[in-house]
Amino acid sequence: MPILEVKKLTKVFGPDSGRALSLLNQGWSKEKILKETKLTVGVNQAEFSIEKGEIFVIMGLSGSGKSTLVRLLNRLIEPTAGQILFNGKDVMQMNDAELRRFRRRNIGMVFQKFALFPHKTVLQNAEFGLEIQGIPKAERHEAAQKALHLVGLKGWEQSRPDQLSGGMQQRVGLARGLANDPDILLMDEAFSALDPLIRKDMQHELLELQARVKKTIVFITHDLDEALRIGDRIALMRDGAIVQIGTPEEILTQPANKYVERFVEDVDLSRVLTAAHVMRKPETIRPERGPRVALQLMRDSGVSSLYVTDAESRLLGVLTADDASRASKEGLSLDAVLQREVPWAGPDTLLNELFEMMAEARLPVAVLDENKRLRGIVIKGAVLSALAGNALPEAGVAR
Amino acid sequence: MNMPKLPIGDWIERAEDWLTNHLGPLFDFIHVVIGGMVDGIETALTSVHPLVLILVITALSYWIGKWKIALFAVIGLLLIYDLELWEPSMQSLALVLTASILSVVAGVPIGILCSRSRTFRHIVTPILDFMQTMPAFVYLLPAVSFFSLGVVPGVIASIIFAIPPTIRLTELGIRQVPAELVEAADAFGSTPSQKLFKLQLPLAMPTIMAGVNQTIMLSLSMVVISSMIGAQGVGAYVYRAVTQAKTGVGFEAGIAIVVMAILLDRLTQNAFKKQKI
Repeated sequence: MPILEVKKLTKVFGPDSGRALSLLNQGWSKEKILKETKLTVGVNQAEFSIEKGEIFVIMGLSGSGKSTLVRLLNRLIEPTAGQILFNGKDVMQMNDAELRRFRRRNIGMVFQKFALFPHKTVLQNAEFGLEIQGIPKAERHEAAQKALHLVGLKGWEQSRPDQLSGGMQQRVGLARGLANDPDILLMDEAFSALDPLIRKDMQHELLELQARVKKTIVFITHDLDEALRIGDRIALMRDGAIVQIGTPEEILTQPANKYVERFVEDVDLSRVLTAAHVMRKPETIRPERGPRVALQLMRDSGVSSLYVTDAESRLLGVLTADDASRASKEGLSLDAVLQREVPWAGPDTLLNELFEMMAEARLPVAVLDENKRLRGIVIKGAVLSALAGNALPEAGVAR
Repeated sequence: MNMPKLPIGDWIERAEDWLTNHLGPLFDFIHVVIGGMVDGIETALTSVHPLVLILVITALSYWIGKWKIALFAVIGLLLIYDLELWEPSMQSLALVLTASILSVVAGVPIGILCSRSRTFRHIVTPILDFMQTMPAFVYLLPAVSFFSLGVVPGVIASIIFAIPPTIRLTELGIRQVPAELVEAADAFGSTPSQKLFKLQLPLAMPTIMAGVNQTIMLSLSMVVISSMIGAQGVGAYVYRAVTQAKTGVGFEAGIAIVVMAILLDRLTQNAFKKQKI
C-alpha cells in the first residue's frame, strides 16, 4: 500500500468553489473558469501515490500550483475536494485534534524561506515539534541533538538562527523537520533560496541523508536539474494539473506531451546525467587467476584490458594485454604487472566533471562506490552518445 | 429650516442613571478592588523611610539600566524628598501603577482578541478612537457618579485614557509576526494557544512593551486631572496651585511629576530591552 495516496485533489480559491468544481468536472480549463467566474483553480484534480521511502518531486514553474498542492497534503490549505489517504486513512476527514496529531507525528515540513523562529536557539528550533507534543526536556534535547548531528550542525546548538549562513539555516530547518521522526517530510522549494553551489551540496547531502533515515520525501521545486538529480519519481505540474508522472529517465526520454518536451529540451544533460547513467559492465578478473587466464578472457570478450578486483570486488588495478603477455613470458604474477594508477570517479559524478578526467586519461574511468568497489567503467564513446541524446546503456538504470 | 436637536445628552444621562441604579453592586465591587489596590501599593511605598526607598530604587535603576539612570534616580528622588513632596508623590505613583497594571491586565488580552478576530477588531477600534479623543474631563463625570469622589474614579479615568496604546500595540505586534513562521508553527501541529505563547507573544513582546510604556506615561499625565475629582497626590498640589495662582508651588509639584515620568519611562524602556537580550 502506498504511504500517501491522493485522489482528485482540488483547490479552488474564492467564495463559490462548488460552482468551479462542477465546471472542472465538465472539463473547463483553469483560464476559462477564471474568466467566467473569477474563481482561481489552485490545484486541479491531482492524482498520485507515493511509496514509502521514495523521493517524490513535484515540479512546475511558479504559479503552477505546486506550493498549494504540498500545503493541501497537510491541510495548511484546506482542500476543496478530493481525497488524501495516509496509510489508507483519509486526512480530509480528520478533526482538529486528529489533524494536529497527524502533523505532529506523521508529516514534517521544511520551508523555502527556512521559517526558523528567531527568538529561539538552533537547538530550541530543532526541538520545536517535540516541545509542542509535551515531550520531556531531556528526551527532546536528545532527539533534537541527534537531528542536528545528522545534518552536520554539531556544536551550533546554542547559536541563534540569524548567526548562521543560509545553507546552515536550512540545515536547522531540515533538523526541525526530522527531529520528531515523521513518516513523510514535505520540502517546499527547500533549496531554492540558497546559492547554486550550496544548493548542490544540500541536494547531495539530502540524498545521503535519505539513504540513512529512509524517509518518504515530497520535494517541491521549479528547477528541473534539481528534480532530475534527487527525484526517484517526478510529477510535472502545469496550471494546477499534473501533466506527467515518471522517473527522471522517463520524463527526459518519453515526454508525455509537447509541454513536457519543451520543458526538458533545454536541460544540459551533462549536468543531469551521472557516471552511473553511462557506465557499463567491465570485464574483471581476480589477481590469483594468473596471466594466461587473463589473456584468454581478453580474447573471448574482445577487450584489451581487464579490471583486477579482490574477493569483495574492490578495484586493485588495470591489466592491459601487453602487461599480461609480459607476465606470461617472464612468469610473473598479475599483482606484479598490473597498473595501480587508475582514473576513477564516484557513481554520482556528473558528466561535465567526467570530461576533464577523460581528456587526460588513456584508460576508461572506473566507477567506484564509497567502499571502493568497482561498479562499472565509463568509456568516452558512451559519454558522447549520452550527451547526443541517444539511448543510455542498459547499465544506466542503476541509480 | 429648523432641524430638531437630537437629545443625545438626555440619552446619556438616562443611561447613566440606569447604570447607577441597576449596577450599583458591581460598581461597589470595582470600587473595593481598585481602592484596595491603590491603598496597598501606597502603604507599601510609604511604610519604609523615604531614604531607604530612594536607595532601593537607585539600586534597581543601576541594575536595570546604566549608572546614568541611577544617578538621575538618586538626584531626582532626593529633590522630591527635599521639596517635602514625598508622600503626595507616592500617592500619585500608587494611582499610576494601579491604572497601568489594570490597563495591561485588561489591554493585552483585548489586543490578542483583536489580532485573532476581524469582527472584534472592527468593533474595538472605533471605541479606542473614542476613548483617546474624547476630552478626559468628560468621562470624569460618569466616573464620579458611579464611584463617588476620590481616587477610584481617577484610576478608572486613567485606565480609559491610557489603555488604548497597550491594546493597539499588542494587536499590531501579533499581526506583525511573519506569516511563514505562523505557518511553520501550524505545520508542526501547534494548538492555537501554543502558537500564541511560544511564537506570537514572544515575537510581539518588544512592540507590546512599547505600548505598555505609552500606557504608563499616559496614566501619569492623568494625575492632575484625577485630582479634580478628589484623588490625593502631587497632582492635587498642581491643581491647587493653579486655582490659587501660586506659581512656585505649581512648579515644585510639576518637577516632581517630571522626575517620576522620566524615571518610569527610562526604567520601563530599559527593562524591556534587557529582557529582550
